[in-house]
Amino acid sequence: MTERILFTNARLLDPTSNLDRSGELLAENGVIAAFGPNLARDGLGDDVHVVDCAGCCLAPGLVDMRVQLREPGDEHQETLATGAESAVAGGITTMAMLPNTAPPIDDYALVEFVSRRSREIGRAAIRTYAAATKGLKGRELTEYGLLAEAGAVAFTDGVRAVADALVMRRALSYASTFDLLLVQHPEEPSLSAGGAMNAGEIATRLGLAGITAAAETIMVERDIRLVEITGGRYHAAHLSTAGAIDAVRRAKARGLPVTCDTAPHYFALNETAVGDYRTFAKVSPPLRDEEDRRAVIEGLKDGTIDAIASDHTPQDQESKRLPFASAEPGIVGLETLLPLALELYHNGSLNLLQVVRALSQRPAEILRLPGGHLKPGAPADFTIFDLDRPWRIDVGALRSKCKNAPYDGRPVQGLVTRTVVSGRTVFGLEA
Amino acid sequence: MDSGAANDPFPHRHLLGIEGLSRREILYLLDHAGAYADQTRGQTEPRLRGRTVINLFFENSTRTRTSFELAAKRLGGDVINMQAQTSSIKKGETLIDTAMTLNAMRPDVLVVRHPESGAVQLLSEKVDCAVINAGDGSHEHPTQALVDALTIRRRKGRLEGLVVAICGDISHSRVARSNIYLLNTMGAQVRVVAPRTLVPAAMERFGVEVFYDMKRGLAGADIVMMLRLQTERMHGSFVPSIREYFHFFGLDYAKLSVAKDDALIMHPGPMNRGVEIDTEVADDIDRSVIRQQVEMGVAVRMACLEALNRDARASAAT
Repeated sequence: MTERILFTNARLLDPTSNLDRSGELLAENGVIAAFGPNLARDGLGDDVHVVDCAGCCLAPGLVDMRVQLREPGDEHQETLATGAESAVAGGITTMAMLPNTAPPIDDYALVEFVSRRSREIGRAAIRTYAAATKGLKGRELTEYGLLAEAGAVAFTDGVRAVADALVMRRALSYASTFDLLLVQHPEEPSLSAGGAMNAGEIATRLGLAGITAAAETIMVERDIRLVEITGGRYHAAHLSTAGAIDAVRRAKARGLPVTCDTAPHYFALNETAVGDYRTFAKVSPPLRDEEDRRAVIEGLKDGTIDAIASDHTPQDQESKRLPFASAEPGIVGLETLLPLALELYHNGSLNLLQVVRALSQRPAEILRLPGGHLKPGAPADFTIFDLDRPWRIDVGALRSKCKNAPYDGRPVQGLVTRTVVSGRTVFGLEA
Repeated sequence: MDSGAANDPFPHRHLLGIEGLSRREILYLLDHAGAYADQTRGQTEPRLRGRTVINLFFENSTRTRTSFELAAKRLGGDVINMQAQTSSIKKGETLIDTAMTLNAMRPDVLVVRHPESGAVQLLSEKVDCAVINAGDGSHEHPTQALVDALTIRRRKGRLEGLVVAICGDISHSRVARSNIYLLNTMGAQVRVVAPRTLVPAAMERFGVEVFYDMKRGLAGADIVMMLRLQTERMHGSFVPSIREYFHFFGLDYAKLSVAKDDALIMHPGPMNRGVEIDTEVADDIDRSVIRQQVEMGVAVRMACLEALNRDARASAAT
């Protein structure tokens, strides 16, 4: 039996076709059947289920290309199930998790485990990266071909850089054999080792060892040289510095297969958030200075930065309630991704389609996933949100197992009212 | 001796590589090798009688050294084998000193294998006798390419126009380089098929087509030439694992099915069964000519020794 759902009274947003108009959308058996200003109701019959969007935005489901879930290994911090629950509450319909679990995801059996659990959980689709090197040790390549066949979306050593230039060269080269993507945590470890926050005046005042912005720029520039000689597809994750963004801008101008993303904290916060040793604002790479923050916004504006990813990093109290240098880095971000990104729209930095593009279309394209656009035949994955609704972030109410976020009480605008995966409502504000 | 050079079918003092040999010169060697392959043992003229061949091997080898030794003996020559492991090289003598010492003993041919590219050429510049390169580093292995060409020609009747796919570790292979030069010179259409980590830079400048996908690379091929993958390259540096390599680049019937129905399978040996080639495919008597390659080895080396000694005779006469 055909399952029909009609979404009415929606502001349809599709960055791929630059669509922004009110209308209706019909989903049939989990895929988009049609959409437009007024769909003919006559042929639909009585069995169609109508969802009134009440004037809210209906956008392609958000694709979060960088999250850490802690299963297998550290289920007390996050499981695939709690992560998926938190994701759909944030409007995310697909997410790609890093392979830094215990054991790390460097064998195809683990990729298959994640796919199976994702289907069983049935919320946001959970896809996984596979380790770029065995055991994330930065030395020997993993089985890219077999891992990709099992469903790995791309290859990365997660929160560690592939530091050795020869290993990175071979990784890019080997990946290009199968046209696969390498994702780098771009930070030169010999420069960042021992550092706790951005190098600069505040670090000096606090007496904390700094991480120079050059640690990021150097790694991105080096990798771009390696892309040039190997032809491998390369993605620089969570860029935080003007220098690295400029390096990507130049690489793109030269037609190299280079993309990048950033995380909300790199445009929503700067290094002053560390303030009085606030470990919830400790992230990797560290929050940078105001000029870098502005460069991130510029990069999003001109399209140099392709995507915004939550960089969701659950850390329990024991990992954060420590002296600053000893505390673990990371912010949980699945449920704050959309409202923080929408700040860029509300403050006039980006237009609405640009925000949606960075959250859905581009990450889906980079990872070659099926969603990210409104198109007949595409999966019926949607994020429905009230663009202007003001609310305050309540960290205690986050669905993630960990509550490490520096945003408690922050006023934001834009609230997810419904999340739809394959035509099925998996999150509803009223439900 | 220069006067006859224009008509000389093989006007070279040494055989250091295939690069630079003309079509006519290659044909000359192949024709002679073919004739030797057809002869029964008693028919062979002892053209190397009274001549001395030294096999100087700085790298382990069974089949190449043995086939040179047999080739020289069938032509009536005297053969001395020197393995680097047991000679003065082990005691720290430099390559050039070794060459000078051997030269003083006035051999007629030095057959040299060395792990470093260019070492055989360096040695050839220091001695008065003919030098045959039996494999230098990742540079050339000319007699193996001649063996392969002779094997193909005897089964297919020609080299020209054949589609030859060379698969595997192209980067480190002297056999691949010599074969590419020879097959291109003879008008075959050469492809290389490998993961990108095993394809050296600027391959397209060698007149070959590069494929990173085995099925596309083998489509319509007449000849599938597999190369040995060295164990030290199998575990994460160039290739992540044996199982992944075999899955994507190992020759099995599924991948072979896209080649021509009568495609021949070759391997210069020694094979890693289950790494670059499936055992059943390697042993398929209808398709695999791996044994014939070994068989042609002696005939080809007879032709090469003879061609270079013909020169030696000519220079001795003047």
